[in-house]
Formats: sequence, structure tokens, C-alpha cells
Amino acid sequence: MSALAPAAGRLVEQFERGLDAPICLTWELTYACNLACVHCLSSSGRRDPRELSTAECKAVIDELERMQVFYVNVGGGEPTVRRDFWELLDYAVAHRVGVKFSTNGSRITPVTARRIAATDYVDVQVSLDGATATVNDAVRGPGSYETALTALRHLADAGMRDVKLSVVFTRANAGQLDAFKTLADAYGAQLRLTRLRPSGRGADVWDELHPTAEQQRMLHGWLLEHGERVLTGDSFFHLAAYGEALPGLNLCGAGRVVCLIDPVGDVYACPFAIHDQFLAGNVRGAGGFRAVWRDSPLFAQLRGPQSGGACSACGHFDSCRGGCMAAKFFTGLPLDGPDPECALGHGETLLAARDLTVTPPKPSADHSRRRPRRRRPDRACDEDPIAAFLRDEAAAR
Amino acid sequence: MSTSACDLDRPYRLGPQVSVRPEPFGALVYDFDSRRLSFLKSRTLLDVVRGLETSESAREACRAAGVPAVEVPAYAAALDRLAATRLIVPREVAA
Repeated sequence: MSALAPAAGRLVEQFERGLDAPICLTWELTYACNLACVHCLSSSGRRDPRELSTAECKAVIDELERMQVFYVNVGGGEPTVRRDFWELLDYAVAHRVGVKFSTNGSRITPVTARRIAATDYVDVQVSLDGATATVNDAVRGPGSYETALTALRHLADAGMRDVKLSVVFTRANAGQLDAFKTLADAYGAQLRLTRLRPSGRGADVWDELHPTAEQQRMLHGWLLEHGERVLTGDSFFHLAAYGEALPGLNLCGAGRVVCLIDPVGDVYACPFAIHDQFLAGNVRGAGGFRAVWRDSPLFAQLRGPQSGGACSACGHFDSCRGGCMAAKFFTGLPLDGPDPECALGHGETLLAARDLTVTPPKPSADHSRRRPRRRRPDRACDEDPIAAFLRDEAAAR
Repeated sequence: MSTSACDLDRPYRLGPQVSVRPEPFGALVYDFDSRRLSFLKSRTLLDVVRGLETSESAREACRAAGVPAVEVPAYAAALDRLAATRLIVPREVAA
């Protein structure tokens, strides 16, 4: 009998039936962001006026403490642009809810870096999607490479160890894995690689940015070689079909062991599935987050037996479990079939056979900033500062 | 080398930064220091771990949790792994 062991066999089945509380909860604190990354999976940009207030956020933290959620992955948007960000961070830590937060680094100054380093139970992930400015800035915007590196330097100078350098693996940066590792090592940081999802604005760039089959294969080998020293957040479990599973739980945790709380309190099955079909409830409802997690019909369904569909006949189904639900959904593939990036290539076949007259589902929330637009006067005389006022007056009459 | 990390005849307690959350299958164990998540794969093991603080020895905690004598070696192995990763640590007893 193995009374204590890494998750395997029967334990994974337990996880598929759901837990009393999530193991890992993502909480996007705001849709506001000072960057406009082309692949943003929450389509962030503008703050949502319905955003949870400081008091509401603290009530959620109280609930997480009662449910013994050990830590939350805080993101956004850019979470640090919330005026109460540091207050909420301190509140969570004081209530023994650890915080791992993702940032583009723009608000990490020598002062905030020292503050983070002095706080227990806080981890920081600095996002960077290219090991060179050219590759990174094409995705994250001009200057974002410098910003991220400056943040890493401040954190290292403050004595913060094991900051995560968080990289979305794309077709453009696939050749830079060793360079990312070198960069992380230089700052005493730990490299974290995650999967590009066709979620949010990611859907718009997925076709050109998602890794090729050869790059995926290379990644799998590279990750096996580096073992647990490189983190993946269980992102690449669909690659287990290459023959060897990567470290991690290796299952789709949506609604079973993970979920997402979005800035307005909506609870989705996972951070990559911001769509009505995966919306389980809202923390503002009666019973709060706990009631959503325990009683939502959507989560009950996700914890029930799943059909492997077209994948059932495949010999690798037990290892990859059909891959990522959100990746299938937002590329317009059936949920009970192969992942679009199926290691055996079954996804590519299906993608090629898609009915192109049918548009894949779009995310339910889009907070992208409207393109910066120079306001053009309707008529030349509208440039007169009182013209609009006069027009309003006319309309009011 | 067969040195074991857990001596059944000594008292133990949870590591100072370790949190245990009961689940239907047993429990999740999180170490805030190493940021590692582990699993207790039975409710009985959870009872053993919870009883460590108030038991004179790890062996006594097993007995109190109702572990049959024949299964003690399996539980000893589990406690050994918990001690090796410092999820449980030896407890000093007041003289």
C-alpha cells in the first residue's frame, strides 16, 4: 500500500470526481491592463465598472481561508494596477491564503520588490514571451521586454529567490528555450512555460502563433530533460501521448481541482474558458464562492463521467485524456474529441476539415481597449468647444 | 542505507509551515515553505497525522487511529516519507 505518493492511478480518478475545494484557484483581479498583448486569454484592457470592491474581495479571501485553499494564482489584466492590490495581498497572507501573482513588471519598483521579498507566502511571476526584445515585444508590445527585465532585476536585488519567469510557448519563441533558461538563471529565477490557448484574444493569433508539431515534440523532450526544475502549471498534459507524462497531475482540472474567479466575481470552470457555457455562478450570489464550487450543476457535470468520443478508441486516451477542453472549444472542435494540438496529429486533421462558414465561439467578455482613435470632427464647426454642448442642448429640447 | 527518517518510538508533529486539508480520499498537504503539495491517500493516515501532536510516539498515534498491527509497517513507510520531506518533524517532549 502506498499511503503517500505522487498523484497516480486511483488518486487521479478521485480528482476527476472533484474536491471539497479547489487545489489551485485563479483569480483575475481586474480586466484593466496597461499592456495589450496580442494573445491575452482574458481579452483584458479596460477596467470593468462592476469589478469586485475591496470589501467583496476580502470576503472572498475569508471564504478561501475557511475552505483551506492554500494559495491563489492572482492575475488580470495587470493585478497591480488595482489601487488596493497591496492591501489585498497583505490581507490574503494574514489569512493564510498564499498568493502567486502574475505581472508584466511595470509596477515592480525597488520599493515594491523589497515589500514582496519581505512577505512570506508570496510568489511572483513575471511574464515574458521572448528571450529577445524583438520576439517579446511583437507579442507584448514595445518596451515590455525592458520592463520585465527591469522588474526581474529589482526583485533579484531585493533578495527575492525563485521568482517565476513565465513564458507562453509559441511558434516565435520555440527556438529560445535554452535562452529563457539562461535568462531565468541569471536572475535566480525559475522558468515556467505554459501553453498558448486560443482563448480571449489568443483566438485571433492562434493560427499563426501556436507551435508546430515539430516544436511541440521538441518541447516535450526538453521538458523531460529539465524535469521539475522547469514549471509548466500542468499546461502540456496533452503531450503525454508522446509516450512519457510530464511532472504534474496530468488531467484537465476544469471545475474539478481548478477554476477561475473573474474580476466581476463570475466563476468559470477554468482560466481559459471565459464563456457562458463554462460559467458556473457568481461569488456575489447566495452562498458565495463555496456554493458555486460545491453545488453548481456545471461543475457537477464536469465531475461526472466524460465521454472520450472519437478519442475512446485511441490507445493513448488514458494518458492525454483528450487534452484541453478550452483549446477544443475555442477552435470550434467537439469537446469529446482530440485536442487541436493532439500529439498524434488527429487535431490537425479535424481542424483542416472544419466548416469554415461556422465561426468558433467567441469569449463572453471582451475588455480590449478600443483602438486608439483620433477623434475626427463630424463637421468642421464641431471643433468649436461649445458645439457639442449646443447639440446636447438641442437634443434635450 | 536503510536509515529511516521517522522513528516510530519518537513523538512528532506537523512541520511549522504545513497545512492539512481533509478530502474524501484522505487529505491534501501543503508546505508553505517549499510550496509543495502532497497527498495523504487514506483517511486513516490523516487520523494518524492529526494524532501525532497529542501522542507520545508515532507508534501510539497509529494505535490511536486504529491501524491494525499488520498494517503498521505500511504506515511507518508513509510517515517515513513525510518526515523525509519535513512535512512532519520530531517533537521535543518536556522532561
